[in-house]
Amino acid sequence: MAQMNMIEAIRSAHDVMLDRDPTVVVMGEDVGYFGGVFRCTDGLQRKYGEHRVIDAPIAEGGIIGTAIGMGINGLRPVAEIQFADYIYPGFDQIVSELARIRYRSCGEFFSPVTIRTPCGGGIRGGQTHSQSPESIFAHVSGIKTVMPSNPYDAKGLLISAIESDDPIIFFEPKRIYNGPFDGDPEKPGVSWASHPKGEVPDGYYTVPLGTAEVAMPGEELTIITYGTLVHVAIAAAKETGVDCEVIDVRTMAPLDVQTLADSVKKTGRCLVAHEATRFGGYGAELAATIQKECFYHLEAPIGRVAGWDTPYPHAFEWQYFPGLKRLAAGIRRVMEAE
Amino acid sequence: MITKSRLQIPRPAARPGDEPDFSYLELSPAGSVDKPAIGSPTRDIEFLSNGLVRVLDDDHQAKGPWDPGLDPSQLQVALRWMLLTRAFDDRMWQIQRQGRISFYMQARGEEAISIAQGMALRIGDMCFPSYRNQGLFMFRGMKLVDMMCQCLSNTRDMCKGRQLPIMYHSKAGNVFSISGNLATQVPHAVGWAMASALKGEDHIAATWLGDGSTAEADFYHALTFAAVYQAPVILNVVNNQWAISTFQGTAGGQRRPFAARGLGLGIPGVRVDGNDFLAIYAATLWAADRARRGHGPTLIEHVTYRGGAHSTSDDPSKYRPKDEWQAFPLGDPVERLKQHLITQGRWSEAKHTALEKQLRDDVTAAWKEAQKYGTMTEEPFLDSSTMFEDVYAEMPRNLESQRRRLREILEGE
Repeated sequence: MAQMNMIEAIRSAHDVMLDRDPTVVVMGEDVGYFGGVFRCTDGLQRKYGEHRVIDAPIAEGGIIGTAIGMGINGLRPVAEIQFADYIYPGFDQIVSELARIRYRSCGEFFSPVTIRTPCGGGIRGGQTHSQSPESIFAHVSGIKTVMPSNPYDAKGLLISAIESDDPIIFFEPKRIYNGPFDGDPEKPGVSWASHPKGEVPDGYYTVPLGTAEVAMPGEELTIITYGTLVHVAIAAAKETGVDCEVIDVRTMAPLDVQTLADSVKKTGRCLVAHEATRFGGYGAELAATIQKECFYHLEAPIGRVAGWDTPYPHAFEWQYFPGLKRLAAGIRRVMEAE
Repeated sequence: MITKSRLQIPRPAARPGDEPDFSYLELSPAGSVDKPAIGSPTRDIEFLSNGLVRVLDDDHQAKGPWDPGLDPSQLQVALRWMLLTRAFDDRMWQIQRQGRISFYMQARGEEAISIAQGMALRIGDMCFPSYRNQGLFMFRGMKLVDMMCQCLSNTRDMCKGRQLPIMYHSKAGNVFSISGNLATQVPHAVGWAMASALKGEDHIAATWLGDGSTAEADFYHALTFAAVYQAPVILNVVNNQWAISTFQGTAGGQRRPFAARGLGLGIPGVRVDGNDFLAIYAATLWAADRARRGHGPTLIEHVTYRGGAHSTSDDPSKYRPKDEWQAFPLGDPVERLKQHLITQGRWSEAKHTALEKQLRDDVTAAWKEAQKYGTMTEEPFLDSSTMFEDVYAEMPRNLESQRRRLREILEGE
């Protein structure tokens, strides 16, 4: 066991897989010699060589398109898209190709590409370095969409993603790369060292795709969320004094409906929360799923807390970000409703 | 003299009612373009992208340094495959017109490309085709009946009813699945080739796209990655002059040939007579040799003409002269190879007619067999609940439950 932040955990997952499987190759902008702008691949090119950890031209569509071709030829490419906001030039390759190759060839061809990309705000990134586009990808059949909320899950889920024969979009909430964040930017930063999920095995282990986890048990209200907001939700629950059960979705698609439904059937109340914009957001799918599975257990309408339906404004990111106050207000609303 | 900016809207030389006009096509006499050593630096061989590599001259003789010196028996085989492509296309077109399949695309006038390149490549080389490469699938072993079953979406359809007609795939033949999107396969070919080089194998990749789809970003991504990593790949631009209703100038072909698209990245381009079997074969062999020996990618532009409609949903009489193909200066690839063999004393009109008939009969027999596996209106039908398979490696719970629901609905009917 070691203390790792999320960056170190992700790097360690790469290291483990590059070592275990000679077909694993890493490709992306600045990932090689420099080790990535967030340092997630630092030192890996020195260790595994420039044929396994490859600096790519600045063309996300090209990175994803060629990674698909490598996958068809028996490699397991791990492609980094430097920011989730940059993924759109590769969108057609993901939606029309990567997600469909197995289907349209009836399993004759497939390409096991993992696309990693940092997402979310809270780092003063403005509207081109802060987006959370997970719902766009969760909507696409044929790919799996993942977002961890801590170092232990990040490493275990990334190893599962790389080993999976399905294509994976792996979102990394960059605000919590260095430490959990309770949603109050005025407080001093906290490191992962004080968090139980900052304890990460050095070697190989997996966290299965398609499984949600109870991040904090409780009896009165279920908060279903993922990524950075897992930590905000826990802090908001403590602030309100409501005995909340916080569920970390971890895999947006395919969704672990059972874990979510079991919790809501127990608590009878549900709040869904995410940083991404509200309209057509992933929370709508969560709310509809819970309504279908748990309608007769619900004691109040399902609440929803999300980013505003605007781009992510640089100067007003803390007014945009659904932080502690908005989560706490959301909890109270669901508790007060009858 | 131009004194102020003016928005140019490219216009083809001829529209319906006009005399066909191919004066814009720059042609070189057969045998006139040099054949450089495969290791030549790109800057020394830029002429290949401006000239036109041709072997067969107007008298049907093979000429010059690009003559691959193929034995006439091999050319007879090639002619047979080209004729089979045409016979298959003719029949499938007719079948679509009878309403028995939903859609079809023929390769009329472009048959030499798939067959010559199929023959010049090795079976271990991976092909990433476009939708007019049916000859390649046939040449690499796909049975006519299987192609027909795909077009019928019947119980023997390799795509299990998931794909439009003609979107074949062949793992056994190393031909990748046709997407239906344009140019998306080009970066795949480059990535496949990068992986081949990375693994130290000597297989190369080849891919095809039309003049129109060179405008897609994927083409430029592919060129960049191919050049940067010197991927062992052949990028084929099939310039058949028309992208549905827009002529090649709308994709930017008026000032520089498509073969020159890679020069800025150091990728040599070869502009080749796409209706000259021998020239295509030779250019492909040259490019494949370059790729295999570590000299990286080559872009080949095949100058040809789309002899038929874009697809069964298209009506070219609305946008181009009806007799344009007849006026195309590079002729018909089938006719040219046939005349070459006749000139060699190795073929005759009688043999040709007999072969055409035999191939038509083969196609008819395949069609009879294909219908036994079902048609759009006659049993047996595909089980529609197979639509939930192969979305993922293993079926997730939500798809299992949707499949159950579909079965309930179907049984209730």
